Amino acid sequence: MTFGEIAVAVMAFAALAGLVGGLVAPAAARRWIVGGFTALSSAAAGAAAVWVLLGNGPIIFGAPNILPLAGVAFDLDGLGSIFVLVTAIVGVPAAVYGIGYSVHGLERRSIQMTFPLFVVSLLLVPMASTVSTLLVLWEAMALTSLVLVGAEHEHRSEVRDAAWWYGTMSHLSMVAVLLGLVVFAGHAGGESFAALRDAAAGMPEPVRAGIFAAAVVGFGAKAGIVPLHVWLPRAHPEAPSHISALMSGAMVKLGVYGIVRVVWDLLGGGPVWWGTVVLGIGAVSALFGILHALVAGDLKRLLAYSTSENVGLILVGVGAAGMYAASGNPVLAGLAMTAALFHVINHAAFKGLLFLGAGGVLTATGTRDLDEMGGLLRRMPVTGAAFAVGSLAIAALPPFNGFVSEWLLLKSLVQGLSGSNVAIAITMPLAVGAVALTGGLAAATFVKAFGTGFLAQPRTAHAAGAVEVRRTMRGGMLALVAVCVALGLAPALVVRTLTRSLGALGGLSAESAVVSSGSVLRAAGLPGSLSPLILGVSLILLVLLIPAVLRLVGVRSERRVAENWGCGRAVQTPRMEYTATSFAQPLQRVFDDIYQPESDLSMSHATESHYFVEAVQYRLGTVDAFERHIYQPMIRWARRWGEVARWVQAGSIHQYLLYSFVTLIIVLVISQ
Amino acid sequence: MSTAEVLVSFLQVALLLGIAPLVVGLMRRVRARLEGRAGPRISQPWRDLLKLLSKERIQPEHTSWVFVLAPRVLLASGLLVAGLVPFINTIGVFRDSGDLFAVVYLLLLGTVFLALAGLDPGTAFGGMGSSREITVAALAEPAALLGIFALSVRAGTSSLSGIVDATLADPRGLASPSTLLALAAIAVVMLAETGRLPIDNPSTHLELTMIHEAMVLEYAGPDLAIAELASHLRLVIFLGLVVTLFVPWGIGTSIDPLSVGIGVVAFVAKIAALAVVVVLFELGIAKMRLFRVPELLTGAFILGFLAVTVSFFLA
Repeated sequence: MTFGEIAVAVMAFAALAGLVGGLVAPAAARRWIVGGFTALSSAAAGAAAVWVLLGNGPIIFGAPNILPLAGVAFDLDGLGSIFVLVTAIVGVPAAVYGIGYSVHGLERRSIQMTFPLFVVSLLLVPMASTVSTLLVLWEAMALTSLVLVGAEHEHRSEVRDAAWWYGTMSHLSMVAVLLGLVVFAGHAGGESFAALRDAAAGMPEPVRAGIFAAAVVGFGAKAGIVPLHVWLPRAHPEAPSHISALMSGAMVKLGVYGIVRVVWDLLGGGPVWWGTVVLGIGAVSALFGILHALVAGDLKRLLAYSTSENVGLILVGVGAAGMYAASGNPVLAGLAMTAALFHVINHAAFKGLLFLGAGGVLTATGTRDLDEMGGLLRRMPVTGAAFAVGSLAIAALPPFNGFVSEWLLLKSLVQGLSGSNVAIAITMPLAVGAVALTGGLAAATFVKAFGTGFLAQPRTAHAAGAVEVRRTMRGGMLALVAVCVALGLAPALVVRTLTRSLGALGGLSAESAVVSSGSVLRAAGLPGSLSPLILGVSLILLVLLIPAVLRLVGVRSERRVAENWGCGRAVQTPRMEYTATSFAQPLQRVFDDIYQPESDLSMSHATESHYFVEAVQYRLGTVDAFERHIYQPMIRWARRWGEVARWVQAGSIHQYLLYSFVTLIIVLVISQ
Repeated sequence: MSTAEVLVSFLQVALLLGIAPLVVGLMRRVRARLEGRAGPRISQPWRDLLKLLSKERIQPEHTSWVFVLAPRVLLASGLLVAGLVPFINTIGVFRDSGDLFAVVYLLLLGTVFLALAGLDPGTAFGGMGSSREITVAALAEPAALLGIFALSVRAGTSSLSGIVDATLADPRGLASPSTLLALAAIAVVMLAETGRLPIDNPSTHLELTMIHEAMVLEYAGPDLAIAELASHLRLVIFLGLVVTLFVPWGIGTSIDPLSVGIGVVAFVAKIAALAVVVVLFELGIAKMRLFRVPELLTGAFILGFLAVTVSFFLA
């Protein structure tokens, strides 16, 4: 048995042990057993993925008799390994974090035993090598995550609402995926990925386009693309935080995996417009996501919208890769795909971290509303610092990992202009503009999230009484901080293995796309390079050097803490602070047309005179435009037809017997 | 990496740091003269900084390590950019470490920290300053990156020394519509990012109109000195970026002392000239309303977009 096979076996047995442990262990030990075994399972899968990425060949295993007709078959190859690694990066810290987080009402058997199942289904989806295996696991992933999203449904009605939305959207996604893959398999005459790959080139163009569309819609709904993103800002906030971290860091990425796997591996790529469509969807999702994250007052909702944004950025890279591949520029295609997949890994690390941080804040203060926080950095130093690192990383600032993938992405978009066609010449500048605006707004969003949540004075009593979270929770966050820093300083190591594993994708030549010598990243054949290590280390050294130099020239280093000046105001209360809402107000006003905010001002006047105002109530809210213009009319329509259908479904057995009888007669008449 | 390269890079950083307050002094002096005032001496900003450094360190209550760290990060990111960009010489020890995109993100890092520091004391003015600063920065970002995009199309690279080399080799490229449009876009970004008129008024002390000043209101003593020095440095960096990208002549291309010397003299002269031009421009206009600024930045974005597409269709 090779190392890879052993690791996969450990993954499976650890998950099984977690499941059994969750079922039979006594309540006190349950969260430790489940968390420990789930972390072990993820770690083993991560080890297997790294083993494959280092060039040790695919891991093939299966159980031919487990499912009727087809059995299950797995083949962990390079592309799959990247996504297994992504789940492992979030899975281990989230499982450890979950040990501490579960104390707060999540110790029930049903929740604890579902958790390892969810994680192992995330790990297995990228390993599946037949259509039926993939579909079964996809459904397992959707169902287990649905149970976990609904974990706290007894406490809050919003959880039930979120679970409904999530369940509906993930099943619509399932329908599209099922349709696409079944048609694909039908035309290929076999359902193994190898058979699909062989048959793809010979299929008629409309069929290929149909499969492409189904894959983008089906997998895209899971990835949270606009306008199919509506479940994200509901399900992510209501799920327990370590589940949100896994959903946002890993599960959403499997949507990206599906698109890349089906369109650029199994179908072998397609015409330029496929790339343009994916890029366009990506750019719109990125902008729409970040604009809504910017005005969100609920911390976890903000993070959920930002997930939609980051998936958008990833799809911009994937789409650009598709456009380059179709117009005969395999090296740039490889660069764009590398940038996209590196961002997949990076986003898993920092978004996982941010969700765990938000969970820490939620347990400490009992609120997710940024306007009710403030002053948490001094009360929760570890959570606060971890959240700060996550915020800087997601805002693509050096020396953290988000910066490197954003740099690669911009590089791939910018270099495409020379010697290309008009479609690319128009698309790429717009894409750069969208990515840049997204980047700027992301910086604003996370200054808001960290600045109004963690800095200044607490605005409410429960924020004032916050204390640092448990040790396991801190451990989970610090592990992800380490990943963000390591990938930010030494991305060359990962990028090199990434490019090597992309060899199989259609029309791409990733291997030569990014040359990394030592710590320097360089796009092949293109001048202009980046050394994150030198930049990061110099930056840190300079920050440390400045106070040292000041001390040398005789500047006093002791500090006196004094009252704020505030331009000479007399008292300072937390009510004077900028809140998250007021912080985002200028940008909200700038993008008024997109938000279409609903504001409501009501004043009550004193009875003595109309000129004396007694109380003013101001309410401001933004509704997702897609929800208002697409989903709400659709729901209304469905409800109206539901009313009609109720007349048919009266609940009387006589009526139903009549229906059967009439149907029978009709069938007999037709078959005559 | 030779010793000479390291020396040139350090000389450049030291030069920028040294002249940054002087450039600010020059701008104030020229402005004063044109307004019919005598104005302070050119060296006055340096004197102010030294005076601040000798004062006591005071930290507002309720602030965290972010407040202490922010001026240092702001200055450190400025110093790193000062080493990265070929201001006086295209040979430098950092030339492969980062390109124009890296410069943009390093500068954004400083902006983000300063905005966080504005929120940290919890005063209304600080929050207002950060909110506005980050609004301007977010909207300036696309214009900046598209301007860079246009320049890198002409040179075939986003590497700074590559762009400078391309301009020196083919000066006619500068007169192309694409480069001029990119110049317009980057000039607007420069005014926005350095807090000059018509976006922000550097000499305002009226609280409701402040952007940059509002964020540093709570700083005092040595911390204020660092924050001020860093913002002076950022001004010189932006002026320097414009002269390096659009008027690179005189820049040294080898590391012999003469070439370096000419590079220093030419850089100082160009910076001084551009600083005067900025003052003249500022004299003629008034500060914009905050909600007009996005329109200006959108205009810059469109110019940047045109610059890129023009460079493709005319190429």
